[in-house]
Amino acid sequence: MKVSTKRWWPSHSSARRLNAVCLLMIGAAVLALLGVDFQRYPVDPWQELSRIGWGLLLPGWSEATTLIQALLQTVAFALLAVAVSTPLGLLLAMAFRWRLVRMLCAALRSVHELFWGLIFMQLFGISPLTGLLAIIVPFSGVFAKVFAEIFEQQSPLPARAAPKGASVFIRTLYTLIPQSWPALLSYTRYRFECALRSSAILGFIGLPTLGFHLETAFKQGQYSEAGALMWAFLLLIASIRWWLRPWLIVPYLIAAIWLLPDTIGFSDGGSLWRFVSVDIWPAALLAGDWHGLLHWFSVMFSQQVWPGVVQTLLLTQIAVVLTGFIVLFTYPFASRALVGPWLRWPGRFVLLVLRCTPEMVLAFVLLLLFGPSGLPVVLALALHNGGLIAFLVANASDAAFRSGQARADDPRGLTRYAYIETPRRLPALMAFLFYRWEVILRESAIMGILGVATLGFYIDSAFEEIRYDRAFLLIVVTALLNMLVDSLSRRMRGAFSQQTNIT
Amino acid sequence: MTASAELFQLIRCTFRYSGPEQGERPALADITLTIGPGEKVALLGPSGAGKSTLLDLLYQQQPQCSALQPQGGGLVDLLSAYQNIFIGGLDRVGTVAALWNLVRPLAGQRQAITDLAQRLGLQDKLWHSVDRLSGGQRQRVALGRALFRQQPVFLGDEPVSAVDPVQAAELLTYVLQQHETAVVCLHNRRLALDLFDRIVVLQGGRICCDAPAGDLSAEQLDHFYQQDTSPLNPVACGHQTDGWVIRTS
Repeated sequence: MKVSTKRWWPSHSSARRLNAVCLLMIGAAVLALLGVDFQRYPVDPWQELSRIGWGLLLPGWSEATTLIQALLQTVAFALLAVAVSTPLGLLLAMAFRWRLVRMLCAALRSVHELFWGLIFMQLFGISPLTGLLAIIVPFSGVFAKVFAEIFEQQSPLPARAAPKGASVFIRTLYTLIPQSWPALLSYTRYRFECALRSSAILGFIGLPTLGFHLETAFKQGQYSEAGALMWAFLLLIASIRWWLRPWLIVPYLIAAIWLLPDTIGFSDGGSLWRFVSVDIWPAALLAGDWHGLLHWFSVMFSQQVWPGVVQTLLLTQIAVVLTGFIVLFTYPFASRALVGPWLRWPGRFVLLVLRCTPEMVLAFVLLLLFGPSGLPVVLALALHNGGLIAFLVANASDAAFRSGQARADDPRGLTRYAYIETPRRLPALMAFLFYRWEVILRESAIMGILGVATLGFYIDSAFEEIRYDRAFLLIVVTALLNMLVDSLSRRMRGAFSQQTNIT
Repeated sequence: MTASAELFQLIRCTFRYSGPEQGERPALADITLTIGPGEKVALLGPSGAGKSTLLDLLYQQQPQCSALQPQGGGLVDLLSAYQNIFIGGLDRVGTVAALWNLVRPLAGQRQAITDLAQRLGLQDKLWHSVDRLSGGQRQRVALGRALFRQQPVFLGDEPVSAVDPVQAAELLTYVLQQHETAVVCLHNRRLALDLFDRIVVLQGGRICCDAPAGDLSAEQLDHFYQQDTSPLNPVACGHQTDGWVIRTS
């Protein structure tokens, strides 16, 4: 990382501005290191790691039907959820000028799929509806935001030239949507990949998707079975472009409805009205006991909210900075300009594996190795997000290389990395990193489900103890924290995006 | 002049880009050109005539001793003008020194580049990142990088097109002084006639004129440009010869 000093990069330099942002982030991460719980537990990671390694190398297929069923159900949830949330997101994006809609979308996406899953589970049990809603609700918010951003980048002229008599909906349908069709499509495709990960992860709270079997296999030490599940999931994601064809989508959707699992346990258990009007509010509030409410709140704040928020923020900060370093160290190995057309493939493969593996699964495996501290969480977040961003950065580098932006006399090796590639990629890299900031925050909160003392830990415990009032308060706090980081990251991106737009 | 003394030599060279435009006419067709040390050659011709492609081919013949200034400059936006010029001299310092220079400019190089920037009129902009510079300033930074290569041969693709006419003449004169040999693509016919001793005109991927600058006038050069736009110019003829090239090569 370049460090600017005194007068060599005065304020007329974009590099200095970026470096200042970098330094700020790194400084905050170093401070966070002081306060975070990174305790190592006396487990022998190497023996366990070697067993997991053997499991990955020698995957076992003893229960082929379970494996296939888990895969198909994972795909079914993802397909149906995206099929519903894409049009919903599109409609919301058309109404995005209204502040109320923007706030609603921010609220929807600020709560993680798993938390939505936990909420809906109280109402609908372990049922297909729970799984679908858990993905549809936050994804609609994300789609709305990103689609609205894509619309903003389009030329406003066609819409302005359309007759004013036509409704906004029709005008958008004829102008903005066709204009931005490729961008909408490519984002939806990416989001489907995310939906597959989310769907797999929902297994961790009990739905019969891949995560459920993965958790079971890992907990029972059946690593070759776990290895088979991991490889199958990886192949599934890596081969999306071959099996997801436009003309196959309708048959797939019909098959997906048919494939959804049966409801386990109660199907009409909780009443929505009772849940919203009674269960999620502290008893003291409903009884009008203000003193009791204050007591409830102060106990919650000092024992759960504050420690949870602090741990979540500290882990997020360290994970974001570590992600940045991982990107800087790994993208060159997947870039054609730096390691050549053939040697980049091993690098690309590793990045693809990191990108395909959900953070939660990585964290789960690392937890087995390091015990329940912040360390596995940070590592998992940084590895997954680092792989994802490094893949994008390497692609951008390759695209520039192909487009002939490369000069015949550019330097090679380490100097090329330091003088040409990294400075050219840094603005986009930082933008990606800040985009992922809120995602990393959301993820580090959810990792609490695995036993690390972030906000998710307290939320999960509250659900287990059927104390919905506590869970509700903690989820609201998590959502607010997320919105705060979202707006902060947008501001930070704005600080250096102007200069990237000029060129 | 013997053949071994030639710096650049192309004999009946045809070049086409691979890619989606395959099947169109080649970027260069049947080019025969030799350039010896000490020659100052101006490449003229309308846009799309193949000047840049020819320059690339020449660079590939002598990459070791050539300083290249491609169109657009190939600058790194985030780095300062100083660093962008310094890139031209990267092969003269070790890797560690080069990395350290990003953190803190090396004293010796700093002096040399400050002097160069003075000459290019960039002294006030040396520490600005180049994305904050105007088109003319960026072009001068690119020229600075080529000069800092400190090579005997200069290959420039419209090196001063974005600079004002007076400064363009001055800078080009300086570049020609600093290099033993130069091949420069230009649009400005006046500069070509005044500063160069040989002029090569390209049209539709072929050399249509190769003569000492003293033998040519501005009117004659204008003629080549006008021909290109006239409907009489046989583009179809290019297609016919295309077929011939494909069959024999």
